[in-house]
Amino acid sequence: MTESYLIRGVRVVGAAPTDLLLRDGVVAEAGHGLTAPGATVVDADGLVALPGLVDLHTHLREPGREDAETVESGSRAAALGGYTAVCAMANTSPVADTAGVVEQVWRLGREAGLVDVQPIGAVTVGLAGEHLAELGAMASSAARVRIFSDDGHCVADPRLMRRALEYVKAFDGIIAQHAEEPRLTVGAQMHEGEVATRLGLTGWPAVAEEAIIARDVLLTEHVGSRLHVCHVSTAGSVEVLRHAKARGVRVTAEVTPHHLLLTDELVAGRAVLGTPELAGTWRPTTSYDPVFKVNPPLRTASDVAALRQALVDGIIDVVATDHAPHALEDKECEWAYARPGMLGLETALSVLLAVVGERWDLIAERMSRTPARIAGLTEHGRDPAPGVPANLTLVDPAARRTVDPGELASRSRNTPYAGMTLPGRVVATFLRGEPTVLDGKAVK
Amino acid sequence: MKHLLSGADLDAATATLILDTAAEMANVAGREVKKLPALRGRTVVNLFYEDSTRTRISFEAAAKRLSADVINFSAKGSSVSKGESLKDTALTLQAMGADAVVVRHPASGAPHRLANWVDGSVINAGDGIHEHPTQALLDAYTMRSRLGRIAGLHVAVVGDVLHSRVARSNVLLLATLGAKVTLVGPPTLIPVDIGTALAPGTEVSYDLDAVLPTADVVMMLRVQRERMDDSYFPSAREYARRYGLDGPRMRRLPDHAIVMHPGPMNRGMEIAPEVADSPRSTIVEQVTNGVSVRMAVLYLLLGGLT
Repeated sequence: MTESYLIRGVRVVGAAPTDLLLRDGVVAEAGHGLTAPGATVVDADGLVALPGLVDLHTHLREPGREDAETVESGSRAAALGGYTAVCAMANTSPVADTAGVVEQVWRLGREAGLVDVQPIGAVTVGLAGEHLAELGAMASSAARVRIFSDDGHCVADPRLMRRALEYVKAFDGIIAQHAEEPRLTVGAQMHEGEVATRLGLTGWPAVAEEAIIARDVLLTEHVGSRLHVCHVSTAGSVEVLRHAKARGVRVTAEVTPHHLLLTDELVAGRAVLGTPELAGTWRPTTSYDPVFKVNPPLRTASDVAALRQALVDGIIDVVATDHAPHALEDKECEWAYARPGMLGLETALSVLLAVVGERWDLIAERMSRTPARIAGLTEHGRDPAPGVPANLTLVDPAARRTVDPGELASRSRNTPYAGMTLPGRVVATFLRGEPTVLDGKAVK
Repeated sequence: MKHLLSGADLDAATATLILDTAAEMANVAGREVKKLPALRGRTVVNLFYEDSTRTRISFEAAAKRLSADVINFSAKGSSVSKGESLKDTALTLQAMGADAVVVRHPASGAPHRLANWVDGSVINAGDGIHEHPTQALLDAYTMRSRLGRIAGLHVAVVGDVLHSRVARSNVLLLATLGAKVTLVGPPTLIPVDIGTALAPGTEVSYDLDAVLPTADVVMMLRVQRERMDDSYFPSAREYARRYGLDGPRMRRLPDHAIVMHPGPMNRGMEIAPEVADSPRSTIVEQVTNGVSVRMAVLYLLLGGLT
């Protein structure tokens, strides 16, 4: 028997307070003064209900690096961050390039039961960029893969990229490109610019990203397919996307929370943030701290400003975490030898609140509705209303939290926000009417 | 000051104190017994992750002349080659009671990481393409002893600035000491935003001949021939023609100007033998001065630079 939940006095996407009754996996009723004998009452005074967040870009590390994250631990981190669905990237070991592996990840997600885990399939066999993986088999598998990506690697060969874009049209697929021209980033360590020059770290030029996006939007237009651009990080990329969208190219794009807040100055140990007042007394403890190493790299404050504007304007459609857990030994080392990537699931919503403020409709659009639509997750991304699947999260916008890596549910600790005080806190998350988080704690 | 990681760690007063102390140390080298008891009982570890015999023996000689116990820890044939992490190595050195760790490492910033994990002083003896601050100090010492001053000098640093830790440390230290620096090289080997990244007022030129007539010091950087395989320049021959310092070019310099090179040289590439062996060349003096400057750095860091 499933329990019913009566959520009292919640502001749905920031609207006036109302009650929501969750029963049998859906929002059964909405309105003032609801009564439901036997239902568990959740006092949501002052809380905001959002459609459950949907992450288009999550690294769950299983199979292969279960020391860094598992489907279960990553799912728990997601639920605590307000997510009800995550798309698991394909760069596992073995790579998710066959129906067998994507079905395994999908099944592990079902078993964990904390969020819906939607596997992303690799575009090429072994992410090697040489031969197409069996995209159709993954699409028709139990995992019903719709997004394909070699994330971590760019599909650099233009002919292969063209074929991939064409091929997935047969099953309404979408290619999510990690835009990085590999010949322009040989040995690259951080954003090419003044800070990289000062620190003696090989530069990662913005044009390496922009050139691939420009090429890919033209290819997408040429073959009439759909492209999604992962983790856009530069002002120039925004301009390329603006141009492509104006031409009607079917392209969507995501930005990560860290690219909306953090800058390359952090690598030098300087607390330069897109929201300067957020820094307060917060400081990186040292220079060359690989917790700030990420792919694509942290860029400049003017890139951060351009990305924020693009997110508001809709040139960038989605906020995606690129949650990338790494074991301690892969970060506690020399900068050049560290793996790139940052945790994101448990802090994304707070970072967004810090970046755009309490613009609830914008947050719902960029973190839930649009990513659900892109991923084809029809049960997700829908505002709580009668008859809608009860996938939602309750947020306390007045709360403040200081990020403590030791308290995160992820198996890894590589958050760049350690010690930073961020606005907002996820109080509860419901997946098909069942709580995965209550009172800010994971239920299972 | 506890560590010496960057040229930027030195203000003018501290840098001048090191140079003055180095001059005192140089006197020791002229004695029959080239040894001071200053660091008796202290342990200096040379932690070298790259082959660099010149720099290592310079630090070793400096520490020994100050009577320190010296441990040479080479990445080859040690636990490092078995995959031990920098942090674990640091904890090992810490447990052995190292008072100073002199580190050479191929990764930029490795000494900065190391400084988080050991209690002793860390001296950067060259990290990746980042910095080599004792080289900048010995270069400044050499300029001061040859030309009598540093403030107001015009120093041309020529060659592969992009991959040069010597250049970065020199730009920082020379700016602090009041010299004007012009970086010269093909545009492919000049780092992005170098004019502002390190010290305001740093100039950049792609034309060596135009810079030479006003230079008091020309510092030639080592250029690896293999850079042409990455298309930084078309050929060694073209590089030498456009940016190499040969006899005719040397004669464009003012009479008092000196020619420096951190070594090892590629004779015939960035510097012609005629220039390297000329009276303007300070290349051998730089090696001698290196020991004195490193003695001064060890003495001041371990003996109490407050």
